[in-house]
Amino acid sequence: MLNAKLFGVIAVVALLGACESSTTDSANTGVGNATTGGVGARPGSQEDLIATAGSDRVFFDTDRSTIRADQRSVLERQVAWMQRYPAVTVQVEGHADERGTREYNLALGQRRANAARDVLVAGGVASARVSTISYGKDRPAALGSTEDAWAQNRRAVTVVR
Amino acid sequence: MTSRDKAMQALLSRRAALFGGMAATLPALGGWQAAAQQTQSSVVDITRARTDPIPIAVPDFAAGGDAARYGRDIARVIVNNLRNSGLFRPVDRAAFIQTAEAAAQTPRFQDWRVIGAQALVTGRVLDQGGSLRVEFRLWDVLPEAQLEGTLLTASTANWRRIGHLISDVIYERLLGEKGYFDTRVVYVAESGPRDRRVRRLAIMDQDGENHRFLTDGSFQVLTPRFHPNAQQIAFMSYFRNEPRVYLFSLDSGRQEVLGNFRGMTLSPRFSPDGRSVILSSTRGNDANIYVVDMGSRRERQLTSGGGLDVSPCYSPDGSQIVFNSDRGGDQQLYVMDAGGGGVRRISFGRGRYATPVWSPRGDLIAFTRIASGQFAIGVMRPDGSGERILSEGWGMEGPTFAPNGRVMMYYRETPARDARGNGYSARLSSIDIAGFNERQIVTPTDASDPAWSPLLA
Repeated sequence: MLNAKLFGVIAVVALLGACESSTTDSANTGVGNATTGGVGARPGSQEDLIATAGSDRVFFDTDRSTIRADQRSVLERQVAWMQRYPAVTVQVEGHADERGTREYNLALGQRRANAARDVLVAGGVASARVSTISYGKDRPAALGSTEDAWAQNRRAVTVVR
Repeated sequence: MTSRDKAMQALLSRRAALFGGMAATLPALGGWQAAAQQTQSSVVDITRARTDPIPIAVPDFAAGGDAARYGRDIARVIVNNLRNSGLFRPVDRAAFIQTAEAAAQTPRFQDWRVIGAQALVTGRVLDQGGSLRVEFRLWDVLPEAQLEGTLLTASTANWRRIGHLISDVIYERLLGEKGYFDTRVVYVAESGPRDRRVRRLAIMDQDGENHRFLTDGSFQVLTPRFHPNAQQIAFMSYFRNEPRVYLFSLDSGRQEVLGNFRGMTLSPRFSPDGRSVILSSTRGNDANIYVVDMGSRRERQLTSGGGLDVSPCYSPDGSQIVFNSDRGGDQQLYVMDAGGGGVRRISFGRGRYATPVWSPRGDLIAFTRIASGQFAIGVMRPDGSGERILSEGWGMEGPTFAPNGRVMMYYRETPARDARGNGYSARLSSIDIAGFNERQIVTPTDASDPAWSPLLA
């Protein structure tokens, strides 16, 4: 969490830099872009979402698809970010850990993706901008077979399209 | 000829016709007819064969010239099948006394008796230029009697199937149950790191031979299942990033999406008559079971119980459906009428139950159980009684029955031993439903989601 917050601060600085360069004369634009590329991410990009919202993903308890209280703020920051970039559409990918059967986990991943989407839409993001997909247990983020890896894999990831 | 012999002849003729050949029941070699009549009941109880596999000698089939290769290889296909069943113990060929050529003329039973063979298989191959003419005889060594005699003709390219068909005749004649050797397995071939896994449909004979990939890996595929005619496969595909149930035709190689569902469709299975597919579809926060008519492609919703209903499978008579649902809090097995009514829970043991599949015999439902972090494959009767665990492991799931209901295949995973995922693997295994003879199936890559075909002919 600490790391994520730190990134958030850096990203804000970078965005300000980008805004400044776009409002000043064209001679400085190149410098502004160079600064943006070096420190922050392209506005509206996946990297920008991660930097600004603190994370592109929320995590779930085993066999659960309700958004945990400690995860809700990530989605709320994602809402704020999406409102800043109204042209951006995202797909929420739902995933499960490897401790379940393939077919059930596909359905569970879908339910997790839906749960995250519902928070984004409830926060004011147009539902047409948020699609969902499930990969079940078949695209883990962490490749180990440990409790820690499973916790990282029970997730819904907001992916900029 | 007994009615049984007539049935066998009809069966073989029908099978042979399908691969451009012919089959006929051979008359017994002179002098053995009477003995053959007396030993019609030379059937060994499978329970006994499990603890005491039938010793059987399969010398190379006699063949001249270029056909010698087929004589040897067909015999090896048979030996391999019988050994892998766990119910036969092929006698080491190094012990053979009588030559294959002589045995194909007239077996000298004394020579086979002293090396411990109870059954003897002899054969002869004739290369007819593009096709093979194979005659095979099964002998009961003790009473010195012919039990079966069959003539098969098939294109040379199909020589392996001749071996499988003969294996099935031997299995059925000696064990009194249909065999399962003339079958194929479709599965998901997996390669690459787990976070970027490439998954392709692959198909092979049940013994792992004639392996080929059906899709190129450009889109992910999961859970293939055979149509009852063994020529069509229903599976789940991420083609165009839209996870849907597709159909794959083995004849044409063509794929097409099934139905016009808006949400994800998954876990397809054909009805026993092949006229429809049951599947699960997510809508809102639930997943429900639907049946899709193969002709009209119209869908009908069968469940609306709340929760995630997945992995539906028909009973072999088509009257009932078993499925997996978390409607009661965690994953359990439920059975309902094919029309969707009369839902009742059948699993009540410790842990979660998933991936139910009905035995082709109708007497058992196989499942995956997850309890205390341990996976297991088991069977229970359709009313939920008589639960029996066949194999346990770190990760295993997805049982599929051989067409005779005697053997199952599933996939078994080993855990990663580090954070990079090293050590993880997924492999196919087979096991006898009595819980013995667990064997790994050799595949070129990692493998998951096996589905056993019906008998091919």
